[in-house]
Amino acid sequence: MLELNAQSIAFFIFSVLVLGGAIGVVTSRNLIHGALYLIVSLFGGAGFFVLLSAPFLAAVQVLVYIGAIAILIIFAVMLTRSMTQLRELVNAQWWLSAIVGIALFVLLAVAVILPVWGVDGTNPNQPVSDDIATIQDLGVALVDGNQYVLPFEVASLLLTAAMIGAIFIARDTSVDMDD
Amino acid sequence: MQTCVNVVETMVPCLVQGGVDPGLAQFISILLGVVLVSAFPLVLVILLIWVERKIAARVQDRIGPNRVGPWGILQNVADAVKLIIKEDITPAGADRLVYNAAPIIAMLSVILIWAVVPFSPVHIGVDLDIGVLYFTAVSSIGTLAIMMAGWSSNNKYALLGAFRVVAQLLSYEVPFVLTLLVPVMLAGSMSTQDIVWGQVGMWYIVVAPISALIFYIANLGETGRAPFDLIEAESELVAGYNIEYSGMKFGLFMANEFMHAFTANLLFAVVFLGGWWGPGATEIPFLGFLYLMIKTTIVYIPSLILRATIPRLRVDQMISFNWKVLVPISILNVVVMALLIKIVQVAGIAPAPGETDFLAHLPMTVVLLLGNVGIGAGVVTVLRNAGRRDRMEAQDLVLEPNDEKSLSVTVAH
Repeated sequence: MLELNAQSIAFFIFSVLVLGGAIGVVTSRNLIHGALYLIVSLFGGAGFFVLLSAPFLAAVQVLVYIGAIAILIIFAVMLTRSMTQLRELVNAQWWLSAIVGIALFVLLAVAVILPVWGVDGTNPNQPVSDDIATIQDLGVALVDGNQYVLPFEVASLLLTAAMIGAIFIARDTSVDMDD
Repeated sequence: MQTCVNVVETMVPCLVQGGVDPGLAQFISILLGVVLVSAFPLVLVILLIWVERKIAARVQDRIGPNRVGPWGILQNVADAVKLIIKEDITPAGADRLVYNAAPIIAMLSVILIWAVVPFSPVHIGVDLDIGVLYFTAVSSIGTLAIMMAGWSSNNKYALLGAFRVVAQLLSYEVPFVLTLLVPVMLAGSMSTQDIVWGQVGMWYIVVAPISALIFYIANLGETGRAPFDLIEAESELVAGYNIEYSGMKFGLFMANEFMHAFTANLLFAVVFLGGWWGPGATEIPFLGFLYLMIKTTIVYIPSLILRATIPRLRVDQMISFNWKVLVPISILNVVVMALLIKIVQVAGIAPAPGETDFLAHLPMTVVLLLGNVGIGAGVVTVLRNAGRRDRMEAQDLVLEPNDEKSLSVTVAH
């Protein structure tokens, strides 16, 4: 069933990046190293998107998650030097995170992997959908009344609210006392 | 299956005929292509540094390198040898892995861009569906490399440089991406090759000059060159993020900076100046390559002269220029252009896709150009009024130091 071709080698490499990066995130005591491992892990995720014929999502993953969010995380960590070195790997809430992690894993396994693979792995290569979507399809889907225009609008409303909140918090309050 | 004619043009069939496994032959051919595409900028950079030094020298009334080789053209080969044989020093307290990885990642982020640069109608590393998004994403990794270098050096100046990187490069990415939307809308595709084909009748710099101008400025900011070279401002940060690097690792950062500047102008030529397009380019692909290089040089040389003549901005000036001038203009520009392109399409004066005739593009060009002139006039008016207001305020403060209002303003500041 498992044949060794370029795609499976690539899958293996990306899996190592994702899992290795994720392990690095939770085991490194240095927060900057943790953030860099997170980038490695996200990069592997972008590789998976390429393997799944979704290059747009791969580019967005690199641009948004690595190019913006991960860099902002590093920036925030750099600004708080006292927090850079952690003395303990786990804190008092480790059992809560363990429950959430296991629950998420079970949910993904039952809801995503099982329907695709079948109970005994009989249909391993069956795609979820026959459509190969292009960027044009994605763009139309986001503004089409029958598809995702409502979620799209809700998401943009949420982002606008978040932006206004960020501006309000970051505003220099000493200036408006004078005005 | 193709037949083997010669090793250069039909390499895969020739290798297969010679008894190589077809998959392996494919792999070897792709590998050679990758090596070729990534080696070209590395060799080119030696020439680029020489050109830059010569031009900077002329601007400053000097001769520049003139000893090694004719016109000093081999000076950088000698410099490269010097950099390679220099001692490689890692500062005490540096984070070794991150410190050593940073120059490599910086180099990668630029070389990877070359994968989607169309050199001719047939020669392109890979014609990605999302070419424009790809090079935006890849160049954002460069930010990460500079931050890694600044943090791992264990040096306060390097760290300050790294802080500035986030402020500068992330900020200038916003107008960079927003203006790129205009050529993408005009071409109806994100593939770099399609964008060049879309400019066969008319270059986008004529259709959308404001986008081109903002893209050029944002490019200067993205590459971190004067007047935006705040991340390595010598007079403030000694050398910024690369202060602790020595030998070839420093050389990599330096080469990366020159290569990035050239690559940015290369992208400008691809997106706004018609890329490889020129008379006879479709018949003789090499001509296309030549046209692309000439166009890139035409926009590259002014950026060198700018670098040698314009003083460095202050950090706050640079950031506020980006967020208060470039970003609003580029948002307005995208909205107006999207509207005009739609109007042109509905009115039926848009050229058919793939139309190569210059006259067929004229109506749309005139409409979009007028839109651009409108935006430009509005922006200039607003900027002039804002500038006048600022000057008046400054004058008031100087002229009436005892005035109660101006005093309170001074205190508040």
